[in-house]
Amino acid sequence: MRRKISTKISTPNFYLLPSTSYLLPYFAPMSILRLENVTKKYKDHVAVDHISFEVERGTIFGMLGPNGAGKTSTIRIITTITGPDSGQVFFENEILNKTHPARMGYLPEERGLYKKMKVGDHLIYLARLKGLSATDAAERCKAMLHRFEALDWWNKKVEELSKGMQQKVQFIATIVHEPTLLILDEPFTGLDPINTHMIQDEIFRLKKSGVTIIFSTHRMEQVEEMCENIILINQGKNVLLGNVKEIRNTYKENLYEVGFKGTLPQNFNGGLELIRQSEHEAVFKIPDHDSPNHLLQYLMQNGCEIQSFHEILPSINQIFIRKVKGERYE
Amino acid sequence: MNSKIWIVAKREYLTRVMKKSFILVTLLTPLGIAVFSVVMGWIMNAGAKSDQRIIIKDDTGIIQQIAAEDKSFPYEFSDKNIQRLKDDYTSMGYDLLVYIPALRDSATMNISASYYSNEKPSLSLLESIESHLADQVETFRMRKSNIDQKLLDSFKARINLENGALDPNNPGSAAAFGKLNIIIGTVLGGIMGFMMYLVIFIYGSMVMRSVMEEKLSRIVEVMVSSVRPINLMMGKLIGVGGVGLTQLALWAFLIPVVLIIAAALIPGVDPAQMTSSVDTVTQVDQGSFDNFSFHQVKDAIFNLKWWLILPVFIIFFLGGYFIYSSLFAAMGSAINEDMGEGQQLMMPIVLVVLCAFYMLFPVLSNPNGSLAVFASMFPLFSPIIMPARLAFDPPWWQIVLSIVIMLATVWFFIWLTSRIYRVGILMYGKKATIREMIKWIRYSD
Repeated sequence: MRRKISTKISTPNFYLLPSTSYLLPYFAPMSILRLENVTKKYKDHVAVDHISFEVERGTIFGMLGPNGAGKTSTIRIITTITGPDSGQVFFENEILNKTHPARMGYLPEERGLYKKMKVGDHLIYLARLKGLSATDAAERCKAMLHRFEALDWWNKKVEELSKGMQQKVQFIATIVHEPTLLILDEPFTGLDPINTHMIQDEIFRLKKSGVTIIFSTHRMEQVEEMCENIILINQGKNVLLGNVKEIRNTYKENLYEVGFKGTLPQNFNGGLELIRQSEHEAVFKIPDHDSPNHLLQYLMQNGCEIQSFHEILPSINQIFIRKVKGERYE
Repeated sequence: MNSKIWIVAKREYLTRVMKKSFILVTLLTPLGIAVFSVVMGWIMNAGAKSDQRIIIKDDTGIIQQIAAEDKSFPYEFSDKNIQRLKDDYTSMGYDLLVYIPALRDSATMNISASYYSNEKPSLSLLESIESHLADQVETFRMRKSNIDQKLLDSFKARINLENGALDPNNPGSAAAFGKLNIIIGTVLGGIMGFMMYLVIFIYGSMVMRSVMEEKLSRIVEVMVSSVRPINLMMGKLIGVGGVGLTQLALWAFLIPVVLIIAAALIPGVDPAQMTSSVDTVTQVDQGSFDNFSFHQVKDAIFNLKWWLILPVFIIFFLGGYFIYSSLFAAMGSAINEDMGEGQQLMMPIVLVVLCAFYMLFPVLSNPNGSLAVFASMFPLFSPIIMPARLAFDPPWWQIVLSIVIMLATVWFFIWLTSRIYRVGILMYGKKATIREMIKWIRYSD
């Protein structure tokens, strides 16, 4: 009796567990997009130079770089607008092909709309080009405009809208076919804070629903706010790749900011360094592998009253500048 | 075929056809042509007649006597003294005074007369007066010699050169060509060639402008992520081509209708004169039609092989349109901001089309000559030249070969230009030269 039950339970367990764990990475691969040594040459320069990276499903991936670094060229390869001269691109573990862009939404940096077309017709047109049927397209476009509080634009001509409104329409056109991969190239340029916020919220909402987002920009503060992982491209080359927090930790200089009352001690030993100081704040650098506790202990022992204490991590912007300059003066 | 091409084509077609400007141009052009023809007809009529008042002092006595019997004689006579007339003819309301002194020899060949006028009379007015006066003298002399006008007419002969293979009992038989068919063929060929020429420029530049606008307003950036550039270009070509076909079809119906209505409503306008603008293009002598009855002309027109001419014309229309407008699309894609660049890039295309257009005249005067055969095989010329030759029954193998060569060229040009287009639409800032565009063709996908 006991034996019978146990076999009943263990058999399906035995059957299910190994097989699903085996199939899981195949059906739901962690990476939705993978570039391997992708290179693209134009007449007199290399736009993309052996770029490799992987984008995890359901994350926001930042693609950073100064103007002309090769971001747009890389995106054009991902969206199959151009092909790489060498290297491989995988989308959902398949070699990238012409059917994949239907599952992507791409908001280009330079973007326009037909000025004379009505907003509704225009959205339906773009949605149909993404493969939606006429009825599906009309339904979804209406729902989208409704969500963006813009349904009354339906019969307006594009030229009657303000630039910010047009941006919104373009954003809607990018996501209306419910892509699994969304590529946004400088999505916030020209938007006022309210609309920026609205679109930012929408991006987070999409992320929550499982959409993967590649976010290309040269505005670093947005990257820190939104992205989990980044790639930093300069002159077509991969300069930096990884998790935002890890990168900031890697590039940290062991700087700590202390808010205090009283007077700072005059001498420091054990490798402690005072970087800068104002009336109630000071920044210290502690030696590698040393604990910030030593700094705190030392200050307290020397009659300082500590009011705040936190580590200074370099901003992505600082890392970016350092890396780009480093590359340039190499 | 790719459904995205049709979605693009449908938009390109509908946005243009629904435009007010399209509807206006399509409706007003036939009206414009009618007005133009009527005005031209009036001008030609008015030019033939003179509104100048002329008085004649005839001292021979012959002219006045004969002219009195001729009711259509347009001038008036005066018996007053010539010296007084010279002083008074303007105050009497005349523009010109003609004085014919008495003849010393009534049989003389040369009669000299003088005219007096404050303004310089036109050559044609003087010639018209001379011939009117000479007619009267001739009539007088024939009468004097007892020669009957009918007798004189009976001496005249007229040679009519007709095709020997033509069946005299069945003048409409299509097997051979009568002179009338040649005239009609020339007119028709001229119209079709001229239409092709217009179509290439009107719709070609429409394609170019629209490609340029899409590039400059950065719409293509949005489009190319969902549509392959070649499909985008094809959709545009098909859409605009459809607009062209629609417009031509409407005109083919509206222009004759409006002309017929205009001819019926406005009295005194000769329908033949209304077609004078066509004749100017085809260089057919206005008088050529006068020798044939309306019935004959109608029969000859109905006996043309329309079942062959119309479909073949449409094939050539589409072929020519695709060859040239694909080129215009490629040029449009290479332009940055500056329309002047566009004109520069268009120049070579314009020259080729003009070359074909001027070839139309020698080809029509010798529709089966070697120039005609060469031009209808060369695919950049054939869309203009071959339709013009259709009414002359060219050998069927030439039609077929010409179409085959043209279709192959269409395919090749679309391939070629789409490779330029896909690079050009995403290329900003640099001024593109033709040499650079040739390099773009070799870029990988």
